[in-house]
Amino acid sequence: MLKNITGSKAVILSLLEEGVDTIFGYPGGAIIPIYDALYDFKERVNHILARHEQGAIHAAEGYAKVNGKAGVCFATSGPGATNLITGIADAMMDSVPLVCITGQVTSPSLGTDAFQESDVVGISMPVTKWNYQITNGEEIPEIIAKAFYIAQSGRPGPVLLDISKDAQTQVLKEFEYKKCHQIRSYVPEYPTNLKKIDDAVKLINESKRPLVLLGHGVIISNAEKEIKDFLEKTGIPAAWTLLGLSALPSDHPLNVGMLGMHGNYGPNILTNKADLLIAVGMRFDDRVTGQVSSYAPNAKKIQLEIDPAEINKIIKVDVPILGDAKKALTLLTKKVKANKHTEWIKKFRKCDKIEYNTVISKSIHPEKGKITMGEAVRVVSEKTHQNAIMVTDVGQQQMIAARYFRFNHSRSCVTSGGLGTMGYGIPAALGAQLAAPDRTVVAFIGDGGFQMTLQELGTIVEHKLPVKIILLNNDFLGMVRQWQELFFEKRYSFTELQNPDFVMISKGFGMKSSRVSKRENLESSIQEMIDHPGPYMLEVKVEQQEDVFPMVPSGASVSDIMLSKEIKTEK
Amino acid sequence: MKQEYIITIFSENNIGLLNRITINFTRRKINIESLTVSQSAISGISKFIIVVNETEERVKRLVAQLDKIVDVLKTFYHTSNDMIFAEMAMYKISTEFIYGSDELGEIVRTSGAQIIEITKEFIIIEKSGLKKETQELFDKLNKFGVMQFVRSGRIAVTRDRIERLSEFLKERDNDLEKLN
Repeated sequence: MLKNITGSKAVILSLLEEGVDTIFGYPGGAIIPIYDALYDFKERVNHILARHEQGAIHAAEGYAKVNGKAGVCFATSGPGATNLITGIADAMMDSVPLVCITGQVTSPSLGTDAFQESDVVGISMPVTKWNYQITNGEEIPEIIAKAFYIAQSGRPGPVLLDISKDAQTQVLKEFEYKKCHQIRSYVPEYPTNLKKIDDAVKLINESKRPLVLLGHGVIISNAEKEIKDFLEKTGIPAAWTLLGLSALPSDHPLNVGMLGMHGNYGPNILTNKADLLIAVGMRFDDRVTGQVSSYAPNAKKIQLEIDPAEINKIIKVDVPILGDAKKALTLLTKKVKANKHTEWIKKFRKCDKIEYNTVISKSIHPEKGKITMGEAVRVVSEKTHQNAIMVTDVGQQQMIAARYFRFNHSRSCVTSGGLGTMGYGIPAALGAQLAAPDRTVVAFIGDGGFQMTLQELGTIVEHKLPVKIILLNNDFLGMVRQWQELFFEKRYSFTELQNPDFVMISKGFGMKSSRVSKRENLESSIQEMIDHPGPYMLEVKVEQQEDVFPMVPSGASVSDIMLSKEIKTEK
Repeated sequence: MKQEYIITIFSENNIGLLNRITINFTRRKINIESLTVSQSAISGISKFIIVVNETEERVKRLVAQLDKIVDVLKTFYHTSNDMIFAEMAMYKISTEFIYGSDELGEIVRTSGAQIIEITKEFIIIEKSGLKKETQELFDKLNKFGVMQFVRSGRIAVTRDRIERLSEFLKERDNDLEKLN
C-alpha cells in the first residue's frame, strides 16, 4: 500500500501491475502529467514514440496480435484522441485487445469547448468494448484493472480510458492495486453445454463430406494443438479465414486452403457440396459467405463460438456450441469417432490442380513480363523458410500475400481483416517486431497504403527494429482499380497514383533501401534485404494491372467463384 | 412481419449507458417508439423499457447485441401480448370550459381521468392507460382546444410470476462464488 502518490503515478504503477512492458504513444498537453510520471520508469517500461497517433495504435494492435496481451496506447486530448479512432474501430472489428489511455481537459472545463477538448467517450462509444472517463484520481487503480479484464477476456476488444488532467495531478491518499477477475454484469465465457457437444459428435460421426472453417478464434483461444488433434482424429479437411491464417501449418495434409472472396478455388466450390460445416472461431463474414441465401444450402452447421451474439447472426446454425474453442475442441476430440475422408479430400486436391494451372502458376512462377506480386511473396516466403511473421497492408497485396505466403508457426499473420484499414502495415510491423524480437518480420505493403503511414519509418529506425518492408509498387490503388476494370468498364476514376521516390524517402528516414524491377535480380535483392541486420525497405516494381484471382464477385454465391476474367466456374 | 415488441434491459446505474444502448438502435435504423428508464426494484440497477416496431429476427439479433454491453445485466424481449403495460398522459385545458356546462366534467369522469391541478387560467387532467385510450381522450378534449399535452414512455411488467432480474442475479452470484 502506497500513500500520497499522484494519479499519474498511479496510472503507471497500475500498468506495471498488469505486466505492461511496452507503451505506444504520443504526448500532448492534457497527458503531460502521465508522461512526467512515466519519466521515472524508463527502465521498467519501454515507451515507443510514434510519429502520429494512428501509427501508435496500429503498432499496439500489431503487438497485441502477436503476443495475445493487450496493447497499450497513450494519446492526448482532442485531436490526439480522435486520431486513435480508426485504430480502435479496427481493433473492435478484429477482436484485438487494447487499452487506450487518453488525456482530457480538467473536469471543470468539460463541455466548455476548452482547448483540445473533444467528447472522446461519446466518439469512441460505438467502437469500443467499454470506455470510461476518470475525473476522480481515486478511481484509477480500480478502473485500470477493470479495463484490462474487459479487454483481454472473452472475445477481446479495445477499451478506452479518458483521464482528466486534474485526476492525473490529484494526490491519492492510498494506492493499492487489485486485479479484476469478475464483473457482475459481464459474462466473458459461457460453460460448454455437454448436450450440444453430443449433438455435434453425432453429426460429425455421420457426415460424409465435412469441412472445418478455421477462424481467428482458434488463435485467440490458443487452440492450435487442439484443432490439429481434432482434425487428425476425424480426418476432416480444414479451410481458414484471413484471420485464421497460420493457425494450422500451411503444409499440414488436412489444410485445404483459404476461404473467402479471394480464397482458394476448392474451399469455395466445395463449401456448397459439403454436408457438414464446423465453424471454429469464425463469424461468417460476408467476404467468406458470398451471397448468404445460397451459402452451403446442403450442409448442417456446427458453430464453436465464444460470443453469443454471433450465433445465428448471419447464417443459421444447427448446433451452436457457446464457450471457449480450446475446451470445446478437447471435448469433441475425446468423444468423436476416428475417421478418414480420403475421397472427399481428393476433390479439394483436384480443385487445387485446376487452380494451379489457371491462376497460381502464372501468379507465382511467371515466365515473362514484369515481376508479379505473387512471385515476390513466394520468394520471400521461401527465403524465410516459412518461419517469418507476415504483416500486410490492405488491398491486392494483402490478398496475394495471404494466398501465397506459407507458415510453420501460429500467430504469424498480422493483417487488418474486418475494417481493412490502409496504412496498417508499417506501424503494425513495428508492433509485431517488438512483440517477437527473435523472429523475422516481413511486411507486404502497397504504394497506396505505404503513403498513409510512412512517417512511422522514423519510429522503426529510431528503435532499430529489423523489419523487412517489401513495397509492391504498381502505381495504382490496385484493388479498387481491379473492381473498376471488372465492374465499371475500366473507368479508372482516381485510382492512378502519382508516386514519389520511395527509396529516397526511406533513406531520408535513415533506413537502408533499394529498388528492384527485373526478374533476374529479384532473388538476390530479397536475400540482401533478409541478410541486412537492420530495417530494410525493398521497393519491387510490379506488373501494373495485375488482377487478383480467383474472385467471388460481390453478391455472388461462393460456388460462382471466377478463376479469371474469362473462365467462369464449372459447377 | 413487423409487430410491436417491448425490450426490457436491466443494467448497472452508470453514466453513459443510455447512449451505449441507443446507438445499437440507431445503427440498425430501428426507431424507438417509446423509452422509459428508471430505478428498478433493486437499488443500483436501472430498468429500461423500450418499444419498437420490428420483425422478431431483427429484435432477437438486437437483444443479443444489447446483452453484450459490459454494464448490461440482462435483456429480455416480449410482444405486447405477453406484457401488462401502461402509459400516462397530461392535458392542459383552459379553465373557462368548466363554467356553464358539465360536458368537460363528464368527459373526465367517464374516461377514468383525474383533474390534478386547477388554476384561474387552466386545469391539468391526467389519465393513465393504453395508448389508444389516452389518444381517445385527447380527441375528445381537443373540442375545447388542448393547450399543452404530454405522453409518458411505456412501463410494463411480464405476465409470468417470476421477477426475472432477481433470478438472474441469484444465478450470477452463484457462478461468481464458484469462480472464487
